[in-house]
Amino acid sequence: MLNRTAENVARATPEPLARKVRGISDKGLAWLFISPTILLLLAINIFPLFWAIYLSFTNYRANRPNEVVKNLGFANYQRILGDQDIWIAMQTTAHFVFWTILLQTLIGFTLAWLIDRKFRGHAFWTTLILVPMMLSPAVVGNFWRFLYEPQIGLFSYVISFVSGIPPTSIQMLSNVSLAPWSIIIVDTWMWTPYVMLICLAGLRSIPEYIYEAAEVDRASNWRQFWSITLPMALPFIMLAVLFRGIENFKMFDMVNLLTGGGPGSTTEVASITLKRQAFESWRTGYSSAFAIILFVAVFGLANIYVKALNKVKQR
Amino acid sequence: MKSSLKMALGLASAVVASTAVSNVAHAEDLTLCWAAWDPANALVELSKDFTKETGIGMKFEFVPWTNYADRFLNELNSHGKLCDLIIGDSQWIGGAAENGHYVKLNDFFDKEKISMDDFVPATVVGYSEWPKNTPNYWALPAMGDVVGWTYRKDWFSKPELQKEFKEKYGWDLGPPTTFDQLKQIAEFFQKRQIDGKTVYGASIYTERGSEGITMGAMDVLYSYGFQYENPKKPYEMEGFVNSADSVKGLEFYKSLYDCCTPPGASNSYMGEGVDAFKSGQVAMHMNFAFTWPGLQKDENVGGDKIGYFVNPKGPGGAQFAQLGGQGISVVSYSDKQESALKYIKWFANKDVQAKWWSLGGYSCLNAVVKDPKFPASQPYAQTFLDSMAIVKDFWAEPSYAPLLQASQKRFHDYVVAGQGSAKDALDGLVKDWTQVFQDDGKM
Repeated sequence: MLNRTAENVARATPEPLARKVRGISDKGLAWLFISPTILLLLAINIFPLFWAIYLSFTNYRANRPNEVVKNLGFANYQRILGDQDIWIAMQTTAHFVFWTILLQTLIGFTLAWLIDRKFRGHAFWTTLILVPMMLSPAVVGNFWRFLYEPQIGLFSYVISFVSGIPPTSIQMLSNVSLAPWSIIIVDTWMWTPYVMLICLAGLRSIPEYIYEAAEVDRASNWRQFWSITLPMALPFIMLAVLFRGIENFKMFDMVNLLTGGGPGSTTEVASITLKRQAFESWRTGYSSAFAIILFVAVFGLANIYVKALNKVKQR
Repeated sequence: MKSSLKMALGLASAVVASTAVSNVAHAEDLTLCWAAWDPANALVELSKDFTKETGIGMKFEFVPWTNYADRFLNELNSHGKLCDLIIGDSQWIGGAAENGHYVKLNDFFDKEKISMDDFVPATVVGYSEWPKNTPNYWALPAMGDVVGWTYRKDWFSKPELQKEFKEKYGWDLGPPTTFDQLKQIAEFFQKRQIDGKTVYGASIYTERGSEGITMGAMDVLYSYGFQYENPKKPYEMEGFVNSADSVKGLEFYKSLYDCCTPPGASNSYMGEGVDAFKSGQVAMHMNFAFTWPGLQKDENVGGDKIGYFVNPKGPGGAQFAQLGGQGISVVSYSDKQESALKYIKWFANKDVQAKWWSLGGYSCLNAVVKDPKFPASQPYAQTFLDSMAIVKDFWAEPSYAPLLQASQKRFHDYVVAGQGSAKDALDGLVKDWTQVFQDDGKM
């Protein structure tokens, strides 16, 4: 009876698919399954990258498909590296990256440290702080554009109330000195919660017994923070810096919505310059070369940074 | 079995028939692409007559001005079939002709006896011809447009302001005829309290992203002596683009921006200008003529409260205005070119053109604009006519986009951001434009 049941089960159990499909091994079948994904990746990631590399050596212009494409060698790269405007755009980008990361890390970590105290209602405050991060950049950009409006904007009135300067004199988006800060403020407002979230994860990962041991050794709060909290949360902070650094190097939407790169070219970051060259001036080959330079810069810097991050983690 | 087969065949033929009917119903539908603005709504209304006459349905693809060039140039570059007819910007004509996006209309015009002599000459050169000033036509002038000015007639006519102005400047407050006068008026109104509100001098174009500040600055530069190139030697720009007079013109534009615009007006173009005028912020307002019908009808600032004037004269007496507007073209990738040409033929008709003007469009047909009744037909009609007589246009070269981007950057850097001098900006512009033409192999 038992044997018969086993036989029935064996009969009902399907054979491995690979054995049914003649001539395909298990490995072959595995390839069959993952190949659509690989093909998709090749089509949307790898091929465009290589295509952009190829275009970067040519004078191709997307709005002139009928023109003969000439190979220019490294001329596009030479022109970019010798172009003063490109270097100014890179400096502007570096300025944004530096200040946004600095402010977001300082404020984000402080908020995480405060939230980690687990005071009454901390869950509510955590959710509230996360709200800006959940909004669409398009909404945030337009929302802040109105806030910054010198004649009707709330921001100008608040600053005016505090400082006594007439609101119409506070021209955040039109003033050359204030415009970069107007973007830094919005980006910090929007993305500090993200840094806070990562830092909070870092702080929560520190085992409680370490603090208990420190208490036994009568270490002061400051000593505990300096010798336990900060070093143990450091890999998380560095991770947040990496993510925000890469994102802000590519910053486009916020700048485009708030200032469009102006006034003049004061807030024209690299991504805005790239967009103008590629889709307004239609210098496809030239902008491809610029995109490759930016890609190599981000990739190179991120790699160096990840190595440093790994060293910190190993300590 | 037989009955099932019959039923299946019946169903299949019903499906085929309904598809065929649906195809017939939509086969002749034409899609017209244009910017989303007031004249486009007028064209929708006008085109109903075309459908009545021919049975050809009209569909419209309107895109906001901010995306207009991106959207439709992409469509043309990718040889898309979305648009059968396109009302493309005047600067596109060179690229569209050389890249084969538009159908050349010479033979069609000859066959249908449509003469370009029947249209306002500036619009033919600006909207239809490539190369310029040669009889090669790629569009029918469709929407005449030009930069001009509106002003608050009600403020200008206040006796106390008239008196104060006369005492201060020694001439009667009225529409300015020179740029110096325009600036005096703007300064006079800047930060003045009128009806309990702080008002400002003038709204001018300062937009950075697309073409705004170029259209505005050029409006002044032309009358100061700016020229795109040596009339005797094409593409020679040194001493013309950056002549001493051009420098003075750009300096004037910056001084107007610095002294007399509303706070925060550093990225202002057509929409922002209309908003500033409609909300009673400014005494004067630079904008394309297409905005005038809407402003004239406005309850707060229209009617008797609004006046119009032509772009003023420069210091040497020269007077020009920046051309706007567009021509209508048949897209060469369309499968319905014959029907599209029928639309062009219909649109060129005198009665249609007259109705076009009455609905809020700006006709370019001489028979309409030279009609003795035309100047009195609308309060802004005469100003439109006078403005169209003095137009100049930006480069219409196939490479107009990088040329425009260069001027946008140079002008905004100087006028709004205050970087460098006017001479630096124009020298830089010569350098940028030279590079573009060298890339094109024209220099």
